[in-house]
Amino acid sequence: MRWPDRLAAVSGALLLLAVLVPMGLMLWSLLAQGSGVLSVDFLLEDPSQAGRAGGIAALLISTGWILAVCLLVAVPLGLGCALYLSEQVPAGTRRAQWLGGVLDMLAAVPSIVYGLFGYQFFAISLGLGFSILSGGLALALMVLPLMIRSAEQALRAVPFSYRQAGEALSISRWGWVKRILIPQAAPGIAVGIILSIGRALAETAVLLFTAGYVLRRPDSVMDSGRALSVHIYDLAMNVPGGMPRAAATGLVLLAILVILNLLVRRWLRPAQGVLY
Amino acid sequence: MLTTSSPPRADRLLSWGLRLAGAAAVLVLGGIVLVLLMQSAPFLLDHGSDLWRNDWQPGQARYGMAAMVAGSIVVSVLALLLAGPLAVLLAAWLRYFAPALRRPMLALVELMAGIPSVVYGLWGMLVLVPWINQWAPPGASWLAASLVLALMILPLALLVTDTALGQLPVRYLQAGQALSLSRVGMLRRVLLPQAGPAIVSGLVLQFGRALGETMAVLMVAGNVVQWPGSLFDPVRTLTANIALEMAYATGDHRVALFASGLLLLLVTALLLLLSWRLRGEKHALA
Repeated sequence: MRWPDRLAAVSGALLLLAVLVPMGLMLWSLLAQGSGVLSVDFLLEDPSQAGRAGGIAALLISTGWILAVCLLVAVPLGLGCALYLSEQVPAGTRRAQWLGGVLDMLAAVPSIVYGLFGYQFFAISLGLGFSILSGGLALALMVLPLMIRSAEQALRAVPFSYRQAGEALSISRWGWVKRILIPQAAPGIAVGIILSIGRALAETAVLLFTAGYVLRRPDSVMDSGRALSVHIYDLAMNVPGGMPRAAATGLVLLAILVILNLLVRRWLRPAQGVLY
Repeated sequence: MLTTSSPPRADRLLSWGLRLAGAAAVLVLGGIVLVLLMQSAPFLLDHGSDLWRNDWQPGQARYGMAAMVAGSIVVSVLALLLAGPLAVLLAAWLRYFAPALRRPMLALVELMAGIPSVVYGLWGMLVLVPWINQWAPPGASWLAASLVLALMILPLALLVTDTALGQLPVRYLQAGQALSLSRVGMLRRVLLPQAGPAIVSGLVLQFGRALGETMAVLMVAGNVVQWPGSLFDPVRTLTANIALEMAYATGDHRVALFASGLLLLLVTALLLLLSWRLRGEKHALA
């Protein structure tokens, strides 16, 4: 190797440190702050004193409900739109380009703008108020492009010969979609759903003015409920002495996201481009 | 049995259902634009020219957003200047100098891309802000916000660069080796220029993401409405302003926040168009 190459090889290792050190510091600082309060009870107790004491059980429940609403809307709609793209719009046509452009645009819209829209449309215009329903719906719109793109990739990856075989047997389109296409693409669609869950769990700005701040356990989807990510923000910024529990909640959220990430890796590597 | 054919009615329903689902995506985008426009249009017509002044005092009905627009821009520009070169060089290094590290690093970077922005913000509050505070109080500042944002946009910038380099024909590398060029020379003269448009296009998108990021910036920027003078001054971005004031805003104040949301939407759309242009992608929308 010549000297410029050798120099580059060494300096690259320094660049690597510029990524690894901050990430290590992040984990270390969260552990240093949060490990003291992290325990099984932390997961099972409800918060008290605005979150300064107690655990995060009520938040886990709220988060689960918000996620359920989000998926109930985003998965069927996303799958439908992906089927439309893969079945009814030939790739490369003007319509496919248009829809692709719209999806890219939706993916690029800042999350706070989804929050504004959800607040005005779901909470006020539709009269749903600060509720799990508003939050879940706004969140569903935000994860929709990711869900559509990953499901579309999974559907397009089904071999063309299957389609030909189906047509040779003069199977109906509905039969083809239900019996062959979706079962074949199921692992890829599952990856899309997991990625959407990860994105939804990580999101905060959308939920601030839609699902709201209330710390209680929700009784119905019309109640306001606070998601884990919103809890981290509120504890860190607005509650003096909330930092240890903010860090502990952050660790719980990170653990969930790491598990989801490992699931995706085990299941199927998503083709490149799904993650962004 | 695959040969049983369902009645054609099911097919027709399917076809219409899918068409509706396809229309939904367009409706969502249209709905967002429409709602923001309807909310802010009357205000824009009345006070549109005032928005550009540097005078944000909602209590006295003064809605000049210049300081926050500047705050958004400087924070994101510095973040991009920090993260962009680092991501490009690191991606190139992993691909051409340390291929053994590439897979595990990309796995780590994908994980980083999934970390919630509030956790990045928390990291900023726990580590960065106290650290900057030691030599330039108050710590919560333009610099802190840019550093956190840089770390946030780094993963996707790196993945985009890696993809762009991966799409280059292998024969470039082979030709370079046949000519016994140094790898640094190859990168500088051939590979990076060839992948340049795709890389820059990806970085433009990341700039858009930095502009739109709310939570992480909100937690470390200090949120004082003032013209960003020095790296160590607190700043407030447009997104942070919406998150902070939406909860209690009423009347014109509330509408001003919607107008700033519309501005954000417009800027991200323009950046997306620019990114398509750079990649030479033919989109019907562009």
